[in-house]
Amino acid sequence: MGMTMTQKILAAHAGLESVKPGQLIMSDVDMVLGNDITSPVAVNEFKKLGISKVFDKEKIAIVPDHFCPNKDIKSAEQVKYIREFSKEMGIVNFFEVGQMGIEHALLPEKGLVVAGDVVIGADSHTCTYGALGAFSTGVGSTDMACGMATGKAWFKVPEAIRFELRGKPARWVSGKDIILHIIGMIGVDGALYKSMEFTGSGLSSLSIDDRFTMANMAIEAGGKNGIFEVDEKTIEYIREHSDKSFKVYEADADAEYTETHIIELDKIKPTVSFPHLPDNTRVEGKFGDVRIDQVVIGSCTNGRMEDMRMAAEILKGRKVHPDVRCIIIPATQKIWRQAMNEGLFDIFIESGAAISTPTCGPCLGGHMGILAKGERAVATTNRNFVGRMGHPGSEVYLASPYVAAASAVTGRVSSPAELEEV
Amino acid sequence: MIARGKAIKYGNNVDTDVIIPARYLNSSDPAELAAHCMEDIDAGFREKVEPGDIIVAARNFGCGSSREHAPIAIKASGISCVVAKTFARIFYRNSINTGLPILECEELYDETDEGDRLEIDFDSGEIRNITKGKVFGTQPFPGFMQEIIENDGLVGYIKNQMK
Ligand code: SF4
Repeated sequence: MGMTMTQKILAAHAGLESVKPGQLIMSDVDMVLGNDITSPVAVNEFKKLGISKVFDKEKIAIVPDHFCPNKDIKSAEQVKYIREFSKEMGIVNFFEVGQMGIEHALLPEKGLVVAGDVVIGADSHTCTYGALGAFSTGVGSTDMACGMATGKAWFKVPEAIRFELRGKPARWVSGKDIILHIIGMIGVDGALYKSMEFTGSGLSSLSIDDRFTMANMAIEAGGKNGIFEVDEKTIEYIREHSDKSFKVYEADADAEYTETHIIELDKIKPTVSFPHLPDNTRVEGKFGDVRIDQVVIGSCTNGRMEDMRMAAEILKGRKVHPDVRCIIIPATQKIWRQAMNEGLFDIFIESGAAISTPTCGPCLGGHMGILAKGERAVATTNRNFVGRMGHPGSEVYLASPYVAAASAVTGRVSSPAELEEV
Repeated sequence: MIARGKAIKYGNNVDTDVIIPARYLNSSDPAELAAHCMEDIDAGFREKVEPGDIIVAARNFGCGSSREHAPIAIKASGISCVVAKTFARIFYRNSINTGLPILECEELYDETDEGDRLEIDFDSGEIRNITKGKVFGTQPFPGFMQEIIENDGLVGYIKNQMK
């Protein structure tokens, strides 16, 4: 029987000729990741092992991004704890404020993840790196601790769902709309345990940033990972960012999939996930009249360079609605600088938006834009669960940077096309 | 390794909040967590559970928050194994990693009543319902995973390997 991309990567890292769905394997990992919330717990577990060094100082990344720059004393103490651990262990990839960015935007940008890698991270959105043709997945703190000690992790080989993309997205439609459309279609547990494998002729019309956004939200469909077929764009990205060697794995022609979905990209409309689940989607024309109080453009889903440009395209020469706070958070220092150099900050500030240093911040209701009871936000983030951005009585609407920026201008959930009509 | 005990049954979508409510997470002491295990869904759990008992559940057991306290509480209650139709992914990992054996079996739930005597052979992956005289197959754990469980979880397993 043939294997999928994910199955091939796992087999190679487990030293096996082939694997089949359901099989439990012990795999080598190329990168172990943690953040300021999960790493302290992992460090505690690591200490129980009674060993004095990590398996590889270069293959561990610790990124304090959630409550950083430290929002309060407890956060400061957690970061201090992992900073000291990183120093003691000589961990090369500890990213301090000033170097750091949101972990899932930072790692690919720093060239720490390439095609064919196996990556585990004590953060559920570790699945983001599938955009580059890597197998990456979220795990618990014990996994992170043991991964740091041994360079290994165990996996159950997943079955796969194949998404064959065709055509080209229409104007104002980006990777975010495509993945929200897919989640709306299969549901929040539609891909439980499974890998979501993206392929097809439509791939070439998606930028790497589009693919990061889509792979990032695989977990919101219950998926174990999301992975994209590697093409010239992927290879170009990897060569530009990394000098690590990489390996391209292709699915066998006779690989088995539990389902195949044909996604006609040109038919997808700007899509928004209404409260309180990512699969509660509505398309342009069906948004109704939802007044909003805040817009957040950022996060590991949509805080990359193209997202900044999309926001600027809409905000240029327009004003943020007087009833709306618009907060823009470039995901890394590099993106921050580039956005500044391209003059996007002038556009944002002119429009009345605020720009923050890189942080997860409001995405998980941490800091930098928390909602009060009854308030609503349109956010380019990935979860709209009850209370995700603040008070349990507040609401989050998930959208692309185009839709978020357009909503900031009109003061209600809006598609960019509405601005053109005026 | 063989597990023996009576079946304790739950339905679909048992989430980690009912396995161990958030209000008790200020402790990570297994005994203390066990004292509140399942109390929001089954107040009688503490009284009826005996060492070796087996939880039999339907779909998506362990969904919700990724807290490792959930499998720890179940294990410390004396449960020897959880058998469900499906598990939420991170709960599955966290169970193995904290040394709680769990198995997926599509048929057992429908063919078992609360209180039935069950026997699980982890080497063969066979589950026997002694009361009903029925046998069900599951995929057995490969060697290393059995060792994880025998060593009380991933940390114990690795510690042992590093000796
Ligand atoms: S930006 Fe949000 S979803 Fe992404 S890692 Fe940070 S908290 Fe998690």
